[in-house]
Amino acid sequence: MEVTDEMVEKLAWLSRLSFNEEEKTAIRADLQDLIAFVDKLKEIDVEGVEPLIHMSQEINVFREDVVRGSVPREEGLKNAPSVAGDFFTVPRALKK
Amino acid sequence: MLEQTSGYEVVIGLEVHAQLQTRSKLFCGDGTSYGTPPNTAISPITLGHPGTLPRMNSKAVEHAIRMGLVCHCDISHYNYFARKNYFYPDLPKGYQVSQHTTPICNNGFVKIKAAGKEKKVSLTRIHMEEDAGKSMHDEGGDVTLLDYNRAGTPLIEIVTEPVMNTAEEASAFLTEIRKLVRWIGACDGNMEEGSLRCDANISVRKKGEAKLGTKVEVKNLNSIRNLRKAIEFESARLIDILKNDGKVDQETRSFNADDDTTFSIRTKEDADDYRYFPEPDLSPFSFTQEYINELRAGLPALPEELFQKYTAEYGLPEYDAGILSDDKTLSDYFEKAVRGTKYYKGVANLLLGPVKSWLNDSTKDWSELQVDPAVWPKLVELIDSGKLSFSLAAQKLVPQLIEQNHADPVQLAKAMNLFQDANASDIQNWVEEVLNRMPEKVSEFKKGKKGLLGMFMGEVKKISKGKADPKITNDLLLEKLNQP
Repeated sequence: MEVTDEMVEKLAWLSRLSFNEEEKTAIRADLQDLIAFVDKLKEIDVEGVEPLIHMSQEINVFREDVVRGSVPREEGLKNAPSVAGDFFTVPRALKK
Repeated sequence: MLEQTSGYEVVIGLEVHAQLQTRSKLFCGDGTSYGTPPNTAISPITLGHPGTLPRMNSKAVEHAIRMGLVCHCDISHYNYFARKNYFYPDLPKGYQVSQHTTPICNNGFVKIKAAGKEKKVSLTRIHMEEDAGKSMHDEGGDVTLLDYNRAGTPLIEIVTEPVMNTAEEASAFLTEIRKLVRWIGACDGNMEEGSLRCDANISVRKKGEAKLGTKVEVKNLNSIRNLRKAIEFESARLIDILKNDGKVDQETRSFNADDDTTFSIRTKEDADDYRYFPEPDLSPFSFTQEYINELRAGLPALPEELFQKYTAEYGLPEYDAGILSDDKTLSDYFEKAVRGTKYYKGVANLLLGPVKSWLNDSTKDWSELQVDPAVWPKLVELIDSGKLSFSLAAQKLVPQLIEQNHADPVQLAKAMNLFQDANASDIQNWVEEVLNRMPEKVSEFKKGKKGLLGMFMGEVKKISKGKADPKITNDLLLEKLNQP
């Protein structure tokens, strides 16, 4: 499969990222390599093999319904790039 | 409206989101109470910090399976979660964890009654997922404020097949779901606070057409009224488009409760591509049939079952049985009251009559009724024995029993001097007093207007202040009136 500019643009839009032309070319090359790798893997015959979804054999790892582990608001907000009062903030997500 | 819609058929499918009643979130220990100060129920897991690992809340699974059992679903024995990737700041991780591929419940149905007819609404699935945080778009400002208290709260999404055809059916379905989630304690059903909300998929086709029309989805309907209004508006709008040979756009719309209309928020073209894939951080989970049976055994009797029991076993009229089996608190209370007695009808009469009026007058509901349920069969016994009239019990005694949280109706009735304990000679005097006062009525009675007896009874009751036993009064009145 060939990675096109449209594909790069669509992926960029889905991740809300933007690239200049130079970056776009670099990313296209990276993606092309990745896809070539996956294409290679696809050559293997997996007929009758169940997909391996989880690396661990563990099953039913539940916790009791108990309240614990919250951090104070100040702690939570500390690592955020932008805050206002008691809230995290991001650039306005709804068009005015 | 009818003329406008004739020739067309509206098809509706619903997606109902119910917030599960757990103390903590689906994958971490943050609390889930509504209305806590912003960003105080946040842990590194909720905030999607690197190196954190989610762990599944066992209570949420229990609720989801119980709801599935109540809706006659097939319960999946093997489950895992998927990531639904979308870039929006209401979930800091950049994806929502949802059971996209293996919903915990498949198929099933919910019975509804609409326009006097019973209908089975088929379900597609019920799956678990996490709720998103709350975003507020600062008026006039250029930022969006985020509160992550709700992010990660456990939800089930109940998805129906496109099998409803009217706003009334859809409202009946949502009403029934709200009743069921409350009944089994899976969700508080509070639509104002958003614990229960609904999206409606609506399409219209020409009658007789086999293929479904293009659907529109109306998001986030937060009351049964809004659901009804949104469907009414959309049905009319879509039929109008088809009548004018227009083409319906597949789109997502939002409801405006100010004027009961809907407006487009996005079209299919800019629909997201969610790139689902299995969530590697959460181990898969599976249930044995024994576990599912255990949950089934722990379910409370459902309204339908109770209705059967009340009509068949208790011999109550359908009307009474319908009301008693419609509200869990009321049916629990009723069951406690009649336990060990046979006064089913008597207790039902008291609860649905004077007790209900008292609650209405004091704008309280059944959960606020403090008085010991065992008081009601005692009161029925008292009325049945003829010592106390039903009307005095209803008007005077019942409100006092409730207000004083009194356990002994005999004692209270005595203290309030309500017993029909007048002796025959007292009653004789009252009968004579009444008859002497109204000679014309007496002669009318003697000429054949026998219906006046009730009026005489009423008069005696009035001047005796309810203390005259009706049977004795009746006998004495007739004896006197039938004298030549």
